[in-house]
Amino acid sequence: MDAATTLPIMAPASAEIFLAVAGLALLMAGVFKGEGSLKTLSWAVIAAFAVAAVLVVVRGGEAVAFQGLYITDGFAQFAKILILLGSGFSIVLSLGYLEREQAGRFEFPILILFATLGMMLMVSANDLIMLYMGLELQSLALYVVASIRRDTLKSTEAGLKYFVLGALSSGMLLYGCSMIYGFTGTTSFEGLATVLGAGTTPSTGLVVGLVFLVCGLAFKVSAVPFHMWTPDVYEGAPTPVTALFAVAPKVAALALFLRVMVDPFGDQVAAWQQVVVFISLASMVVGALAAIMQTNIKRLMAYSSIGHMGFALVGIAAGTEAGATGVMIYMATYIFMNIGAFAVILGMRRDGRLVENLTDLAGLSRSHPMMALALMIFMFSMAGIPPLAGFFGKWYVFMSAIDAGLYGLAIVGVLASVVGAFYYLRIVKIMYFDEAEQPLDGAVAGDLRLILYGSAVVTVLFFLILSPIYDTAAAAAASLIGA
Amino acid sequence: MLEQWLLTIVTFGPLLGVAFILTVRGTPEQIASSSRWLALVASGSVFLISLLILTYFDPTSAEFQLVQQVEWIPGSSIAYHMGVDGISVWFVLLSTLLTPICILASWEAVQKRVREYMIAFLVLETMMIGMFCALDIFLFYIFFEAVLIPMFLIIGVWGGARRVYAAFKFFLYTLAGSVLMLLAILAMYWQAGSTDIPTLMETRFLPGLQTWLWLAFFASFAVKVPMWPVHTWLPDAHVEAPTAGSVILAGVLLKMGGYGFLRFSIPMFPEASADFAPLVYTLSVVAVIYTSLVALVQQDMKKLIAYSSVAHMGFVTIGMFTMTTQGVEGSIFQMLSHGIVSGALFLCVGVVYDRMHTREIDAYGGLAENMPRYALVFMLFMMASVGLPGTSGFVGELLILAGAFQANTWLAAFTATGLILGAAYMLYLYRRVIFGKLEKEQLKALLDLSPREIAVFAPLVILVLWMGIYPSTFTDLMSASVENLITNYKVALGEAGTAMAAR
Repeated sequence: MDAATTLPIMAPASAEIFLAVAGLALLMAGVFKGEGSLKTLSWAVIAAFAVAAVLVVVRGGEAVAFQGLYITDGFAQFAKILILLGSGFSIVLSLGYLEREQAGRFEFPILILFATLGMMLMVSANDLIMLYMGLELQSLALYVVASIRRDTLKSTEAGLKYFVLGALSSGMLLYGCSMIYGFTGTTSFEGLATVLGAGTTPSTGLVVGLVFLVCGLAFKVSAVPFHMWTPDVYEGAPTPVTALFAVAPKVAALALFLRVMVDPFGDQVAAWQQVVVFISLASMVVGALAAIMQTNIKRLMAYSSIGHMGFALVGIAAGTEAGATGVMIYMATYIFMNIGAFAVILGMRRDGRLVENLTDLAGLSRSHPMMALALMIFMFSMAGIPPLAGFFGKWYVFMSAIDAGLYGLAIVGVLASVVGAFYYLRIVKIMYFDEAEQPLDGAVAGDLRLILYGSAVVTVLFFLILSPIYDTAAAAAASLIGA
Repeated sequence: MLEQWLLTIVTFGPLLGVAFILTVRGTPEQIASSSRWLALVASGSVFLISLLILTYFDPTSAEFQLVQQVEWIPGSSIAYHMGVDGISVWFVLLSTLLTPICILASWEAVQKRVREYMIAFLVLETMMIGMFCALDIFLFYIFFEAVLIPMFLIIGVWGGARRVYAAFKFFLYTLAGSVLMLLAILAMYWQAGSTDIPTLMETRFLPGLQTWLWLAFFASFAVKVPMWPVHTWLPDAHVEAPTAGSVILAGVLLKMGGYGFLRFSIPMFPEASADFAPLVYTLSVVAVIYTSLVALVQQDMKKLIAYSSVAHMGFVTIGMFTMTTQGVEGSIFQMLSHGIVSGALFLCVGVVYDRMHTREIDAYGGLAENMPRYALVFMLFMMASVGLPGTSGFVGELLILAGAFQANTWLAAFTATGLILGAAYMLYLYRRVIFGKLEKEQLKALLDLSPREIAVFAPLVILVLWMGIYPSTFTDLMSASVENLITNYKVALGEAGTAMAAR
């Protein structure tokens, strides 16, 4: 029998296959049960994520599926667990929000599920075609989620902007992929790695294609100069969706970015390192400077995430095993700080309405001491002050940069982090040093509180779990680079 | 068993107090009062436990003692490694002594958010002690930076009118210096393959690299000490911080810079230290003379003492970079003495500030008439700051001058002018506040020191006299480590010299 008539090997992709089937089944359930089933569906999606996470974890070792289109290894496992955590948390955040804002639509959790599926395929992509497929599945679902509140101008505008700019970047990425295919004759990562082995000089056409590919990926991680959509989309999208945007797709896109750079193009570091160093530098600096002027906390978080992507890209720029380890530890700390910070933003209500100005936080330390404490922890952590989680991420990415000899990048990076510290401190100042004119509403909802305090505890006590996380990340990096 | 755990217990003891304070329930008054008592008991017990360190400490050994080493991140050799030697042991005790004194001094001065205030102080204490005990450079950096968080809040929440500006300036200045040190630490890690401080001390870094590493560490420690011209955060932070915050800032936080030079810059980069010593001398002499002159014209008592701190820390940096026994011992001694004396001077300002709510020197005068006990205490610390024989200040400054004289006569001459200027501004301050006629109406009603305030000052008075009259108690513990430091430094320089000659 020839290969075309046999079933491809699918077992390594069991988590994704399970999620796809679960998504279709839940969609049918939603269609028949109607809007009232939102809550049940949300929890069902979270349960599906949990099952998928278990499937990811038990699937040890490295394996390929679908004739080499799909790969699973320690690196993919690590990234997928972070993605599932991020998506799961944002669904929990959305529960209370959708109910209170009466924006509940049963498609919401299912779209997130499909977006998550796309992200998981992205991190497992072993071929340019799989890369594009995963990216588009993720993006299309997220375009819709961004405009889920179709009755508000801001949300629809955010969705439309995201769609137009996202489509542009997909176009660039696709163009880059086709150039790469044209100049190498293969789309598979192994094939590319062989063609572009050590000692070969890439042709100009290939470099152009590579740059287009990097641009497309930079758009997805919202790195400067492809960051313009981020503040508008963050501000316009419903807050739980913003929380999702800030974490899961970022982890997926970074993981994909890392794999593409070090796997097929690992021997062509010279061809892409300058580009990545530049976008990393620019992201750190722009993220730090532009955030200073913001008055809306969601826009501020957008610039903050641009800055964070810059720091994570430092690890990719290093292009070494240490760099990959650093990126993964950075992402692990990043999702907890961000989800926690968005839980606080969702808790900012006055007279029952969500408020999002920085000044609304004034006097929070008096009216909501625990919430203020948690937000302070997240802010100091994002600024990279030890012993909080954010410091360890920065430590490992800069460690790899020094090892790779990128001293200039490291020096500008740490100085940008000092500038960045200014606006994080400003939030602490507003909460702790300023007095409130009119305090925010009382108690925070139970589901929010769980996530809020949970991530605060993780952020503070991260040093206790650093050792196992480091080991896992190092093993994952070895599986990626060693491959 | 206890020996191994002692430093950990002392370091994290204050956090236990935090846990207790968090459980307090009741009316706001009850919470405030229980928080005060719990914080006092916690920090007091930590001080008593920390005295045990002295009984276990062997002064004849230059090794790190009371060592505890636990694996933390096995993959990258980072460990939880604690220990003290003759250089750090007194700083640990200085931190544990000053914290209960600060809490006692804030008993009535701090009335809002008492619970949070006490928590911030106890967390700060943990970070300070941990920093002096850390024997892993990664662990050291964590404690070193973490100090910023509670201090930022202490200045920003409980500070004076320009507290926001001062808190931001303090935080960002220090952070900017430290992040460069962070990169240097990473570079050292890749060179030496370890973050263990004793291992790093034995590693010989290449001379070219040493220069860059030394400069990166200098960026951090020079801001902390603070050295001219990066001292400008200090007067702002001191003036705006609440009294106890100023005491800790002057008493312990500034010492973190000096300690850093002794623990890292000198033993790890001996050649760069020798090369850069003239730079340090120059900046320190400028600091001694310039900030003394600035202190002379201050109208604000706290600002005057803040500038005097910069001048006194200039002495310290001169002493340690002479790399003579007298100079180094003198600088450590001077740091301890300054920690107590300037802390006490800030407390003295706090006493009248609590009563009058102004720090303007012109608002006072003639306090000797109705506050004789206060005048006596103030005089003692003023004299110690000037360096009068019989007080702690004299010993430190004399040793530093002796060291400086061996290094360079002119250096000693310029440094000595600091003594004269110091006497000038301190006596001038004292005359304007304490002497003269008691003419101002509000001043006449002032009460003398309360029993609580006497309890705050008593240990400091005893220590200042003890250190001045019988300094051997203190120098005996440090001499073995200091000798070891200097020997290793000389050996390293000698080797570098022969390597150069052989080439």
